[in-house]
Amino acid sequence: MSEAPIGAAAPKPAARPMSPYVSVWRWHLTMAVSIGHRATGVALYVGALILVGWAVSLAAGPGAYDLFRLILGSILGKLVLIGITFSLFFHLANGVRHLVWDFGAGFQPKTADMTAVAVVAFAVVATLAVWVAAGMMGALA
Amino acid sequence: MSGYRTPLGRVRGLGAAKHGVGGFIAQRVSAAALVFLTLWGVYAGLSLAKADYATAVLWLHAPVNAILLALLIGVGVFHMRIGMAEIIVDYIERPTTKAALLTLNVFAAWLAGAIGVFSVLKVALSSGIY
Repeated sequence: MSEAPIGAAAPKPAARPMSPYVSVWRWHLTMAVSIGHRATGVALYVGALILVGWAVSLAAGPGAYDLFRLILGSILGKLVLIGITFSLFFHLANGVRHLVWDFGAGFQPKTADMTAVAVVAFAVVATLAVWVAAGMMGALA
Repeated sequence: MSGYRTPLGRVRGLGAAKHGVGGFIAQRVSAAALVFLTLWGVYAGLSLAKADYATAVLWLHAPVNAILLALLIGVGVFHMRIGMAEIIVDYIERPTTKAALLTLNVFAAWLAGAIGVFSVLKVALSSGIY
């Protein structure tokens, strides 16, 4: 058995039929939510770094903290925070869906579709609720 | 002396290498913790949305808040390191690039966790408000 040199990509056979991949599938809900789980996970990676940034700014002193609040409070900062809020609720709800799957339940196509709708609905409603609450507290001014 | 055998040796002799599910289980256990920690985090974020520096420092002086925030950051970076590693392994084919990104991911996650938890402790354990 010959070993590929370290650093080389795996050798690819030319023009053989490949197993189905994204491009040959019709878009459907469970697939979109699955991709969304990864995308929101990456967004939350950024969100965790922002959370750490908040703690660092608080530890650094009043000047750094006020600057951090100014950046997060800007239009762009608020848009990022709304995106992270949505990502959090989406990833949270779909994570629970995954935990249920781990027990072997909820795999029937109809059930999986229904829970996918529930995940998206929960994420939208919870995000709206949090930002409406923030607005009612006068935190968005 | 089976404890000294290589994973390949174990696979050849006894079936599986018995390490395959470690990441899987760690991801689920941290996920379960994060269900509660992130919901608390949203509540905390809302209650701190209007907080100036002094209010935020005072908030972090409460042991419950400091402990839960340190846990949120610690368990959060632990969980996101596993998830990001899964994505890198899935999409990056070239071994050197893959190894470099996996290493970078571990460094970034642990560094963020250490800086975050240290900052929380520094504020929480400082005496006085300023």
